Amino acid sequence: MLLLPSVVVFALFIFWPLARTFYLSTHGNDIFGAPSTYVGVDHYTEMLTGEFGKVLGTTALFTLISVLPAVLGALVVVLLLEARLRGVRLLRTAFALPFAFSVATASVVFAVIYNPAIGIANGLLGAIGVDRVNWLTDPSIALPAVGLATVWMNLGYNVLVLSAGVAAIPPEVVEAARLDGATGWRLATGITIPLLSPQLFFLVVVSTIHALQSFGQIHILTKGGPDDATTTLVYSIYEKAFAFGSSDFGGASAQAVVLLVIMLICTAVQFGVLERRVHYR
Amino acid sequence: MRRPQAGRIVVYVVLGLALIPVLFPVYYAFAGAVMGPGDLATYPPSLVPSALRWENFGDVFASVPLGRFYLNSAVQAGVITLAQVVTSILAAYAFAFLRMPAKAATFGLFLATLMVPWEAIIIPNYLAISDWGLARGGLTYLGLVLPFLASAFGTFLLRQAFLQFPGELRDAAVIDGCGHWRLLWRVIVPLSKPSIAAVGVYVFLSAWNQYFWPLILIRDADYQTLQIGISQLNDAEAAQPGLILAGVALSLLPTLAVVIFGQRYIVRGLTAGALR
Repeated sequence: MLLLPSVVVFALFIFWPLARTFYLSTHGNDIFGAPSTYVGVDHYTEMLTGEFGKVLGTTALFTLISVLPAVLGALVVVLLLEARLRGVRLLRTAFALPFAFSVATASVVFAVIYNPAIGIANGLLGAIGVDRVNWLTDPSIALPAVGLATVWMNLGYNVLVLSAGVAAIPPEVVEAARLDGATGWRLATGITIPLLSPQLFFLVVVSTIHALQSFGQIHILTKGGPDDATTTLVYSIYEKAFAFGSSDFGGASAQAVVLLVIMLICTAVQFGVLERRVHYR
Repeated sequence: MRRPQAGRIVVYVVLGLALIPVLFPVYYAFAGAVMGPGDLATYPPSLVPSALRWENFGDVFASVPLGRFYLNSAVQAGVITLAQVVTSILAAYAFAFLRMPAKAATFGLFLATLMVPWEAIIIPNYLAISDWGLARGGLTYLGLVLPFLASAFGTFLLRQAFLQFPGELRDAAVIDGCGHWRLLWRVIVPLSKPSIAAVGVYVFLSAWNQYFWPLILIRDADYQTLQIGISQLNDAEAAQPGLILAGVALSLLPTLAVVIFGQRYIVRGLTAGALR
């Protein structure tokens, strides 16, 4: 059977682990991480404390500040690129360049830039007479700083997706609008943005899912700190299960179930709206 | 349309200003890679290297086994890419051309895998792979790739491409006595090269850039991947940013090449879900 290889991989590494996640989330574990006694919903009631509420709040805030600027920024760039300029292809490649960076390489570059003592970010601020900022160690600045790095990482992808969306708009439509005297702002708000709405919606959903799964930048830049200010849901799962020999696989699995539920809601929204769009057509 | 020239200049200026923050980290990664401590490790830091310090590149290799990391990442990403392309081709052919029982249900199952975030099932996977002894020595390679040998994304993208072929093609091939196997590899695959390349590029980039799984799985430093190696370099050489950035610059070369030369395929792969 041609489907067999895929089905085996999915069964072994997606569906079985999925069931195991639920199992683990209702069990305690010994110091080596092996599941021990059944503890019912203990791990879930544990999450009702303020600590986990803070994790969810941080996750929501991080998602918001890393998704919206990256989508809106890319939209502005793509609309400007539409202005029939010379060298558009070169400019588009330039804007897409951050896409070549992995989360790890981009995070390491930002770690160097954000360095409080010798980083270029504070160097540039110093040149215009602004005091040093503790980018990654000030609890109120660390999350926006990691968010800014994430916006930078995602901008290239967003520009590529929206450019493809613009390229798919029938030229006759744009031409007709131009003949009617629509230019610049009118053309953008009246024609381009409405016709880009499927791509914009796709980007918001995909970026949200992506942001909820963010891990590498937090692990490299802040390790969830300072004072848990950048501990998002996925980082919290990592910390409980794997950091400092913690091995709290039960508690981490309960949080993983929460992540799963949030993600299911996001995909349900995506499919729900896509479905309606298809019918609408 | 009153003063198109002036408007155009404004657009150029705005785009130019927007390009500065976008390109600065790219520039700085490469400029910093040839900067000495005088430019990087003193305050205020320089924007432009005062002298080109190529020794940084040699020093990276002295600090961490970058060549070995490269090899490990190439094996890991190469095997995942090859396997996913093959399993996706097979599954996509089945979904596009074969009549079989429970096809819709199986398709739904594939769809369901897209909704499960890897981070939510990473713990049981880690426990299983560790139990099987695939996190030690050379077997680490197996542990790194096993969970990623198939993908619903690749299957969907290729199924979409295969469905473009007329049904008569299959009937004609069958009448000619050409079996499914030959039809797939001799006709369908050669004609679907752009879509297959799109899947390949996309899978390669995401495998090459993996972070969470290699981070928790690899215990033996000899099997460390490039991404984790670079972040360890960042921790180990914090006092020498030039060295860190030289490592970053070296590790960027493959993906930079893919993004610049494979942009066409990337757009095709990345927007498969966005465009219909």
